[in-house]
Amino acid sequence: MEHNHITLPEGSIEKTTTTLNIGPTHPATHGVFQNIMEVDGERVVSSDQTVGYIHRAFEKLAERRPLYQITTITDRLNYCSSPINNMGWHITCEKFLQIETPKRVDYLRVIIMELARISDHLICNSIVGVDTGAYTGFLYVMQYRELIYEIYEEICGSRLTTNMGRIGGFERNFTNTAFTKLEKFLNEYPKVLKEFESLFTRNRIFMERTQGTGGISAERAMNYGFTGPNLRAAGVDYDVRVHQPYSSYQDFNFTVPVGTTGDNYDRFLVRNAEMWESISIIRQAYEKVQAFKGAEAEVYHADVPEYYLPKKEDVYTKMEALIWHFKIIMGEIDLPKGQIYCPVEGGNGELGFYLISDGGRTPFRLHFRRPCFIYYQAYPELIKGGMLSDAVVTMSSLNLIAGELDA
Amino acid sequence: MSLTNEMVQEKLIAKFSDQVLQFATSYGMLSFESPKEINLKVLQFLYDEPSLAFTFLTDICAVNYPNQKGAELVVVYHLHNLKENIRLRYSVSTSLENTDVYTATKLFESANWMERETYDFFGINFVGHPNLKRILNVDEMDYFPLRKEFPLEDQTRIDKDDEMFGRG
Repeated sequence: MEHNHITLPEGSIEKTTTTLNIGPTHPATHGVFQNIMEVDGERVVSSDQTVGYIHRAFEKLAERRPLYQITTITDRLNYCSSPINNMGWHITCEKFLQIETPKRVDYLRVIIMELARISDHLICNSIVGVDTGAYTGFLYVMQYRELIYEIYEEICGSRLTTNMGRIGGFERNFTNTAFTKLEKFLNEYPKVLKEFESLFTRNRIFMERTQGTGGISAERAMNYGFTGPNLRAAGVDYDVRVHQPYSSYQDFNFTVPVGTTGDNYDRFLVRNAEMWESISIIRQAYEKVQAFKGAEAEVYHADVPEYYLPKKEDVYTKMEALIWHFKIIMGEIDLPKGQIYCPVEGGNGELGFYLISDGGRTPFRLHFRRPCFIYYQAYPELIKGGMLSDAVVTMSSLNLIAGELDA
Repeated sequence: MSLTNEMVQEKLIAKFSDQVLQFATSYGMLSFESPKEINLKVLQFLYDEPSLAFTFLTDICAVNYPNQKGAELVVVYHLHNLKENIRLRYSVSTSLENTDVYTATKLFESANWMERETYDFFGINFVGHPNLKRILNVDEMDYFPLRKEFPLEDQTRIDKDDEMFGRG
């Protein structure tokens, strides 16, 4: 053998930093993320990210699917709050096709979207707790995410990838059980959230771990394309629900919480404050839903036979319903020509759908503006010069969802 | 006085005259095009001009129109003025032979990955990009999969051994 000795790369003896590989699957990354970091002792000097491990070519797949089949793709973007993605997609289609939805549908959607926002923030904040060494909060709030999932189940039959709703409304009306569970949630959850907050917010260990780490200024955050709670934590009060109200958000009273320093602690506080706002929005929406009387109280979808599947019993007994059913299932509905960009406030930022149609039956092109794909590129800047253990907390407090990032 | 689509259009025409064209408004959003050579000048003007201040880059993506000869690839920018809360869509087109488009990374940090993604799927060569390599697909890939010349697999094909996928 000629080379029986180890050949070191040139300069590696003089090198004073260590190269550390974290991920793609690591308990501290909460998703499929790889980071190759240069660390000097425990200080992060630089880091290089690799993404794309669970890329599934959603944008290409969408080019062959009629609109209603794309809903299942949106489930798999931010899977911590799938209903927001579902509703966002339906709202995009409705805007594009100029469909007016009844107010009751809008309010039911608001209930669902805010429940999804709570479950999203709940996971993110409790995982920040786990990464700072406090497991209790995570286990404690998990049963309320379970309750939210039970409400989803009651509405659409599934829990994680919900495929909830249709273009024009919901596939069926909310059952009484769904409303009972919602009431249970509204009664019990505030106490739990209060206790969750008292576990963390003024906890000295938690504060010292999160304050001043992973911070970003408002200017840098905007330049990096931050949106959602991460941007608001830096002090910019941009919220799609307020700036471009959709699904009748203009009918609700709520405040947009903002932070100042954009660090991990502020992100945590902003998310907690948003959960309180969400509870208040759900209460208002539930009141509005209950105020509908008579025939109005039974409305759960708009009258759009071209896109909304008719009832099964009508398909078997009525000619017109049968025709529409056939046309929808066989994908024989031509879309109008045009393009639209429609954003909604997702769990972690502005989730946008850019739909281009050339008059065919499927989108000519569909692009998802995925918030965490865009702000994850700021991660090396956020953790530079900090401790390695803070980098882990920063990652979880950014609310990165691999499914959304990799699309 | 709040900014309107018409005012944005007037200011752009006053600055770039016939270089900016195809103004249209669809679903409330102003869209326009320009030759790809001046894309940075347009973006910089939209960013710097105090009365416009489109300082937030919402999105960059590309579209492939195989029938537009000489302008098959279109790069689309979505910009947002957060103060006035007005959005606009700006696009430049390029041919398949010469896919050079100037990078917007000097103006927006967020453009970095968005342009990498656009390169990854459409092969737009962003001139001046600090790290233009594939981001979601594997590095060894030698084609640009979101171009229309790559159709999805025929769903009715029967010549494939699908046993491993439970369809054998």
